[in-house]
Amino acid sequence: MRTSRWLALGIALLVVASAAIVFGTIHLGLLASWRGLLGQGDATAVFVVRELRLPRIVLAALLGAGLGLSGASLQGVLRNPLAEPYLLGVSGGAAVGAVLAVSVGLTMALVPLAAFAGAIGAVMIALFVAHATRSRGDPRVLVMAGVVVGAFANAAIMLLMANSDASTVRNAVWWMMGSAANATWSQVAWLAAYVLAGGAALVAMARTVDALALGEDSAAGLGVDVERASRRVYLIASLVAAATVAAAGLVGFVGLVVPHIARRLGARGHRVLLVASALVGAVLVIAADLVARVALPPAELPLGAVTAVLGVPFFLVTLRRML
Amino acid sequence: MITFDRVRVRYPRQSRAALDGVSLAVPRGSVTAVVGPNGSGKSTLVRALLGRVTPTEGSITIEGVDVRTLSRLAVARRIAVVTQREEAAFPITVREYVALGRLPNRGAWGRDTQADRAAVDGALRQAEVDDYADRTVDALSGGEWQRARFARALAQGGEAFVADEPTTFLDVAHAMAVFELLGRVAREGRAVLLVSHDLNLVARFADHMTLLHEGRVAASGTVADVMRADVLERVYEWPLVVTRDPAVGSPALVPLRRMRGAT
Repeated sequence: MRTSRWLALGIALLVVASAAIVFGTIHLGLLASWRGLLGQGDATAVFVVRELRLPRIVLAALLGAGLGLSGASLQGVLRNPLAEPYLLGVSGGAAVGAVLAVSVGLTMALVPLAAFAGAIGAVMIALFVAHATRSRGDPRVLVMAGVVVGAFANAAIMLLMANSDASTVRNAVWWMMGSAANATWSQVAWLAAYVLAGGAALVAMARTVDALALGEDSAAGLGVDVERASRRVYLIASLVAAATVAAAGLVGFVGLVVPHIARRLGARGHRVLLVASALVGAVLVIAADLVARVALPPAELPLGAVTAVLGVPFFLVTLRRML
Repeated sequence: MITFDRVRVRYPRQSRAALDGVSLAVPRGSVTAVVGPNGSGKSTLVRALLGRVTPTEGSITIEGVDVRTLSRLAVARRIAVVTQREEAAFPITVREYVALGRLPNRGAWGRDTQADRAAVDGALRQAEVDDYADRTVDALSGGEWQRARFARALAQGGEAFVADEPTTFLDVAHAMAVFELLGRVAREGRAVLLVSHDLNLVARFADHMTLLHEGRVAASGTVADVMRADVLERVYEWPLVVTRDPAVGSPALVPLRRMRGAT
């Protein structure tokens, strides 16, 4: 990828982040925002910038980065341009785990682990179903299996809700719609830990993913232990996706769209692709969250709905191209 | 040199062994071809060599070392393979694709060394793909793609070079180019194992030939030892004659038609 494109990505990140600080129910000027960031001036502005908007922007950036990383590595390992955590049911499974964890009263830092357990369960079911049809090579079958697992996860959440009090229901609905609205700095901190650690592990495996993207036989010929390496990438990609679900619920299609944009920008080997996908994802989700906040004031749109509106047409075009 | 010593491989839930007591030597500096009908065990032979299936009996060695004692990476450092089929799922440039051949030779965080770059440049030249090194692999014709795959395996280095059905989808000119490249690779000192359906081209390029039939060696030796009508007719279960190619003098197989009166 050319240096100018990296630079453009960096500038895009700065621009959307600045816009997301300035715009909102309370409109702050650029200068007021800047002063608020530095802790100067009007106390309300300082609070809005530092405690409401900034954590939300950083959370959105981490969500996008995590989903981009997860999607790019899943697409590579599965050799499937339609792969992404939401469509593979990973996110749905994670949401079930998270809703369960919250309803039994686990602390927030452990919710990602419960989400992870749910995600792994979903991955295993989807892979097993696709494998059982003996068409693991057909990318569409795996996506179909994933979508069905995701639908099952949705049903499970609704069943959990049926017999719950109002606050649990609100919680579960929030998870199913996806939102960065409740961002706090502590939430940002633990999501950052998961995304950075998972991202570093995935980048370290990038060459292996390059080999896996050539197919099992070729990867084996290059000395890759195909089963073990694929499993490891699934696990890490699922962990990162599960952490984003625990932090903000189901935000679909980001993992699908982002790697394709990164490839269009010239990112090809997975090492470059993963880093570029993290950046593109951050830009995209900050922008989507800004749209969610300001499109229909004073109401807030669910973030997951905004990304789906962007992602579904994209999915259809990609599917069309594959047939 | 690669040696297969009485190798037996049996897949689960199969009544017949895929390979049964197969012995075979692939010396350096020459092309050794393995031929045989569909299902005769050719691909299993390659899979066993690469450690994708484990023989239940017998052993496979490379330069005297049993491959079972080697890690997958160590095997990949010694044996480069052009697999039967491969499609790149995502477009990368030919140069990036060829550079993937260096994967067994460096760690996960390893940067390109001088030696890596030299190996990639050399492989691009040797396989004659340097003209389109900066094109993406999805924009290549069948012949160009096959040469790029050879370049990747050449960049991988090692003492042995395996090509599994390298000419299946190629026209005459591209098939010839691939076989000539294999010959050059052998003469540079590698042990070349060629698995192929194309008996006539194999007969012109191979130094040694082994014919497999239902997992056993049906004939082995020089080209003349294997390209015999009685042997081939029995294995392929089809009437045929073996003539001498009038232009180059190598044995050539001509399958006959079964219809009465037609030849």
